[in-house]
Amino acid sequence: MSIAAATNGKRHRLVPPPSPADGALGELLEISMGPQHPSTHGVFRMNLVLDGERVVKLKPVFGYLHRNHEKIAESMSYLGSMPYTDRLDYFCSLTNNWAYALAVEKLAGLQVPERAEYIRVITAELTRLQNHACLGGFLLQDMGASGTPLMYAFREREKILDLFEALTGARMMCNYMRFGGCRCDLPPGWREQAQRLVAEFPAFLDEFEALLNENEILMARTQGVGVLPASLAVNASISGPMLRASGVNYDIRKVDRYGIYDRFDFQVPLGEHGDVYDRYMVRILEMRESLKILRAALADLPEGPIMDPKARLRGFRPKPGEAYGRIEAPKGELGFYLISEGGPHPYRYRVRPPSFINLTILEDMCLGQLVADVVIILGSVDIVLGEVDR
Amino acid sequence: MLGKGIIKGLAETARNFFGSFVSERRLTTVPYPDARQPLAENTRQFPFLVYDGDDWEQGLRCVACQICEKECPPQCIYIVKSKDKKPDYKGQMQFYPAVFDIDLAVCMSCQICVEVCPFESIKMDTEFELSTADRFGGLLFHKKQLAKPNAHYHRIHPTDAAASDAVLAAEKAKQEAKARAAAEAKAKAAAPAPVAPPPSAS
Repeated sequence: MSIAAATNGKRHRLVPPPSPADGALGELLEISMGPQHPSTHGVFRMNLVLDGERVVKLKPVFGYLHRNHEKIAESMSYLGSMPYTDRLDYFCSLTNNWAYALAVEKLAGLQVPERAEYIRVITAELTRLQNHACLGGFLLQDMGASGTPLMYAFREREKILDLFEALTGARMMCNYMRFGGCRCDLPPGWREQAQRLVAEFPAFLDEFEALLNENEILMARTQGVGVLPASLAVNASISGPMLRASGVNYDIRKVDRYGIYDRFDFQVPLGEHGDVYDRYMVRILEMRESLKILRAALADLPEGPIMDPKARLRGFRPKPGEAYGRIEAPKGELGFYLISEGGPHPYRYRVRPPSFINLTILEDMCLGQLVADVVIILGSVDIVLGEVDR
Repeated sequence: MLGKGIIKGLAETARNFFGSFVSERRLTTVPYPDARQPLAENTRQFPFLVYDGDDWEQGLRCVACQICEKECPPQCIYIVKSKDKKPDYKGQMQFYPAVFDIDLAVCMSCQICVEVCPFESIKMDTEFELSTADRFGGLLFHKKQLAKPNAHYHRIHPTDAAASDAVLAAEKAKQEAKARAAAEAKAKAAAPAPVAPPPSAS
């Protein structure tokens, strides 16, 4: 389903489109936005050079939340890094777990049992649901819709976090996946509870869309703002919903078919204009596709073991080599690159965080835009500073 | 018509607001200290040490092998091994932790200590109201504060506790069978060797 079909093709343009700087600049004003600015989603700073209200130059400054994750992981056992991956993108700890487990499984040659693959898909898609719902809420919060959409999104997120808590023991820092499978099996009644949630979720999406999709203020604020052309997006190695909003059909679930994603029938929603509105709508439509995957996965979840019998918890030493595991995290391509020398620690451990790389393009999207639009352009990138700074 | 979308959205908000008076689905919060949501069985907060029997010091399952201390990612566990030994649940003489401290201010509740423990002795508690006014050592829990009876473990995680009891019972049975076999072998060795048949006269 395309965005035009979902919104009846409505596009509003209440404010004139931003004009490119005509060369006759007035007096320039340099301001520093952040790191404590409420719109920056954490500790992130932008050095802006303004001509009146228009942005002439933007320099992102990050690193305030740097905590040496990659270096710490090089002096820690492979298992010991797993709980730290939860803290990269703290909204989506289960997809982080999966990407790291995938890299180590490639390194050590472990086979994941079928049931564990299904559980991974289910938890990852639930993670995607709650991430995209909250992104919608936060984006609207940045536009000044203070609270209401965000609280609606959080209400649904709580239900998903309840499921995570029942399964993994923690609501956010799940630390659930292990090399060669998952830590524990589903508790009794979990599957039915998840099915109930999946059955109820479309009602929330309808409500959320009725609340916002055709809202004229939302359209005026987001349509034609922060346009990212497809060629630039590809050249800047943007990934995830941001790339797809620019019209590039690239989803690692479809391209790599890691895990068991080749068994599910789902579509990849694409945008046409690459503006903030398309980025918002692509995520809304992606949630509907995630629900399709969830329905299928919960219906044919097989019985069986959840761990590879070859997997070892203590004394885990993969043979020398290197591996790159990547998945389609809710924010884009999340990859872990590992080099092993045969010891208990990785020799090199590198994270390819989606929101860090999506953020590099911020200046190109913001040039010529208003200061107030910078806030929502940043919001539509969907960053989590835990992942940007690592 | 301009503004139609806004009115549609406001109608949705109104439905939620008035719905919260009649519909359970729209009333999702709990007035916390007065009312509480039940915890999921798998909930984990901070580790505790399991002991069997009545005496917390004698019954402690931990044998101070220090695996959890090594594997703990933020290194919040501090163990000093004892000089002497005490009998464990199987009656075997084992070391015990002379000091076992966990700094709950550092602990990140990842449960890796529980997974790597080969003796079923460290488990996750569900207690989360641990705030204290003492910022120097108020969250540094010593052996005595960490030790909790097996009954407590059964109360908070019944399924896991039953599984862990089964593991320990199997270990004990194996140990007893081994001891019995060893005793029989010993008895056999001590008994006079069967008399060899006399060499046949030829």
